[in-house]
Amino acid sequence: MNMRALSLPDSLVETLSRLTMRFNFLKGIKFGRAAVISVPTFWLALFFFIPFVVVFKISLAESEIAIPPYSSLWEWDAEEFYLEIKLTLGNYLYIFEDALYVEAYWSSAKIAAVSTLIALLVGFPMAYLIARSDPNKRTLLLALVVLPFWTSFLLRVYAWMGLLKKNGVVNEILMGLGITDSPIQMIQTDFAVYLGIVYTYLPFMILPLYTALEKLDGTLLEAAEDLGAKPYQTFFLVTLPLAIPGIIAGCLLVFIPAVGEFVIPALLGASDTLMIGRVLWDEFFLNRDWPMASAVAIVMLVILVLPIMLVRRNQDKETV
Amino acid sequence: MALSQVKSQESVMTSTKELPLWKQDGAVPFLRIEGVTKKFGEFTAVDNVSLDIYENELFCLLGGSGSGKSTLLRMLAGFEEPTSGRILIDGVDMAGMEPWKRPVNMMFQSYALFPHLNVFENIAFGLKREGVNKKEVKERVMKMLDLVQLSHLAKRKPNQLSGGQRQRVALARSLIKRPKLLLLDEPLGALDKKLREETQFELMNIQEELGVTFVVVTHDQEEAMTLATRIGVMNNGVVVQTDEPHDVYEYPNSKFVAEFIGSVNMFEGRVIEDEVDSVTIASKEAGCQLFVNHGINCSPDQKVNVAVRPEKIRITSEKPAQTANCVYGYVEDYAYMGNMSVYKVRLYSGKEVRVTQPNANRKSMERFTWDQEVYLSWDEESSVVLTS
Amino acid sequence: MQRRSMFLNTSSFLGFAFLYIPMIVLIIYSFNASKLVTVWGGWSFKWYVALFENEQIMSAAWLSLKIAFITATLAVVLGVLAGYVLSRMGPFKGKTILSGWIAAPLVMPEVITGLSLLLLFVAMEGAFGWPAGRGMGTIIIAHTTFCMAYVAVIVQSRLSMLDETLEEAAMDLGAKPSTLFFLITLPLIAPAIISGWLLAFTLSLDDLVIASFVSGPGNSTLPMVIFSKVRMGVTPEVNALATIMIAIVTVGVIAAMYQMRKQTKLSAESH
Repeated sequence: MNMRALSLPDSLVETLSRLTMRFNFLKGIKFGRAAVISVPTFWLALFFFIPFVVVFKISLAESEIAIPPYSSLWEWDAEEFYLEIKLTLGNYLYIFEDALYVEAYWSSAKIAAVSTLIALLVGFPMAYLIARSDPNKRTLLLALVVLPFWTSFLLRVYAWMGLLKKNGVVNEILMGLGITDSPIQMIQTDFAVYLGIVYTYLPFMILPLYTALEKLDGTLLEAAEDLGAKPYQTFFLVTLPLAIPGIIAGCLLVFIPAVGEFVIPALLGASDTLMIGRVLWDEFFLNRDWPMASAVAIVMLVILVLPIMLVRRNQDKETV
Repeated sequence: MALSQVKSQESVMTSTKELPLWKQDGAVPFLRIEGVTKKFGEFTAVDNVSLDIYENELFCLLGGSGSGKSTLLRMLAGFEEPTSGRILIDGVDMAGMEPWKRPVNMMFQSYALFPHLNVFENIAFGLKREGVNKKEVKERVMKMLDLVQLSHLAKRKPNQLSGGQRQRVALARSLIKRPKLLLLDEPLGALDKKLREETQFELMNIQEELGVTFVVVTHDQEEAMTLATRIGVMNNGVVVQTDEPHDVYEYPNSKFVAEFIGSVNMFEGRVIEDEVDSVTIASKEAGCQLFVNHGINCSPDQKVNVAVRPEKIRITSEKPAQTANCVYGYVEDYAYMGNMSVYKVRLYSGKEVRVTQPNANRKSMERFTWDQEVYLSWDEESSVVLTS
Repeated sequence: MQRRSMFLNTSSFLGFAFLYIPMIVLIIYSFNASKLVTVWGGWSFKWYVALFENEQIMSAAWLSLKIAFITATLAVVLGVLAGYVLSRMGPFKGKTILSGWIAAPLVMPEVITGLSLLLLFVAMEGAFGWPAGRGMGTIIIAHTTFCMAYVAVIVQSRLSMLDETLEEAAMDLGAKPSTLFFLITLPLIAPAIISGWLLAFTLSLDDLVIASFVSGPGNSTLPMVIFSKVRMGVTPEVNALATIMIAIVTVGVIAAMYQMRKQTKLSAESH
């Protein structure tokens, strides 16, 4: 990009500088710094941290027919200095006792884990190929990987609906080729959910893998070969260990959101394909039980907090 | 006499030891490069190179960037296949043989140490690929660590080592496999001056002790002169001269080699007398006749260059007795370097001549200053006539 | 080394085919005159016509575009600030926390983000009276929150690749921090800003779950409309919509690639 074309007109820069300098003037540079730091921090704190506190609070309430449909946690009578705090742990108890919820958490983790593994197996050769290609081809291949990612997630899942349903394209082809007589049930199965997750999250697996593999020093592979390692040995002894940060990043980027995935099980899964995201949705929208939904969310968060922390730690390790 | 006869006479006079392999008739070369060419599309990196390298040599491929030396090295290692020609190591044709099968190991310019393995594991890597059992691996690695003085660092990772230490790990890693041929790609390039000197001698010692044949690629001519048993000077994919360091320096076969190694003064001239064992050249640049005491193959009246090294020239304020090989000018610049003085003398023909003079005695040496008029002279055997 | 195995090539080819076949099928069927997948009724544009005549879809699309535009712009402002703060402002109290927390929206399941934001809005409405009801505003706030995280990551990585000595030279020549930022840093990270904006735009346009939680009655976004239609069964207007979106994205990606090629050529020539 032509640098000159992008620089702001000097008059605008002057005005902006003068505006921001007003902040600087008040308490010197320190104030300006504090202002800049606090803007995004404040936004995140308000809209990404406090909400979780609110969710926690409501998970301790009872569902009521009211607006909003939950009970208040406390009662305060100013005249008599009377404060009653009522925390309902029933929602949590229900989660741990009812087989449905436990099943759903377990099944979500399982489906997410298996999908992540499949995505890794499918995505690794692709990322490897792209990383080893010459630079011209590389841009094209990367664009090919990224293009589906930029098209609507919802529409791509929808595309699979068209392919997998009983009178869908795949069944038509199978029957046309004579491979089967009657249509195979592919949609509304666990299989379809795995397929959907791998399909939509594949770019999230490929890109971090590609980044890690691209950074790999080619001379290391040559040195290994020179020292007597056959190609497959070089792969397992040198390439793979050095690609691990990328592998971890890709797996986390797929696993964590997949656990709470709603759209894919809703459109492609059976009614008994238990995924916790769907359970939460149904609790909220069908049962109108906000406290229950909140409790489900908090438990999900607790389960995911460790993997989420791993994401940042892995990112930092990669940059070293 | 022809130049080659002069050379062999000299070496007979100076050495009483047994003749080195490359001078013996009928000696079989350990590494034979036969007519090897490598093309990348339209570009020819290595052009029909043939070299015979003998066992226990420390052979240096010397050249600038783009000379083809690194490509040739990579073909020896097996990372590139020649477009045409053969490479034979110990009599075995290497065609199509992959790097992990060759009895060759390479020390990379960047060392290429595996960052996820520690020093011990790095060195053990090649041994493990050979299927050596654990106990023996440990023994041999520990011995090698002693040899390169890194035993105390066995558990460290490469990023915790200094440049010199990393280099020793890289060397140890290659040597432990007892390769027949060790290739070194600019081994001293990343080291600072003092370390470089130390490592130069270390390398030579290790090579002699272990009896491995080394092929070193470098662009540093001082390095090549110090390390090599023989030097192969490369330019534009071609090996222009292969000789012992002494001969490459004293008897370069072309203008390119003369100018690449050390500094040299070149006088352009025309052959006026061509005898069997001498040549007389008329040179406008020199402003006198140049007389050289060896014969050359040339045609009468041919344009040639006469090369004279700065240390071979005598500088005097009085006119010397000789008429040939004597030029006249004034001191344009000089530098006192402690062990020697360097003079830049401008001849009245306009040519600049570089003269170096060791400061051998304190009293009897003449010292010259700016603008002083001086005579430069040299002996008839001190120069070389170059036809290319 | 040019030794690439058959295995690598075949598995990669299959992978790419897997990625693209559903979209190609979608495109083909958008031109199928017949509603049914089983019957090929000939080439027709009628679903495209039906699409543009569908009030519900069109107004939802317009709403989504507006939301996406505003979200992307806001997200870029916040994300650039966050990315700059984290990468160029040295250590400050709470930096590790901010740095860790900014990565969370990237992976947080959408149901959690959506639910939590809705509950926040409800609680705020109860306590302060704002936001009064849910609508476009709440959707924008919600989208901006998770989009800014993406922008921050992109900007941060671009900044880390940048040569800091350029900024040091500017300061040495007399540029104050604000001038430095607008004159030097901003132009240098411009590609990151642009791709961040486009990413935020796409993510916002595409979001279903969060919008479902935080939207109000009467404002359905495009994904919400598509979802409800699609749950019922395949609707060919949606095929047409999908094809149009794929076409737009393809043009965009090609343009970006072309621009990148030109840039690498320029920088190669100038050396």
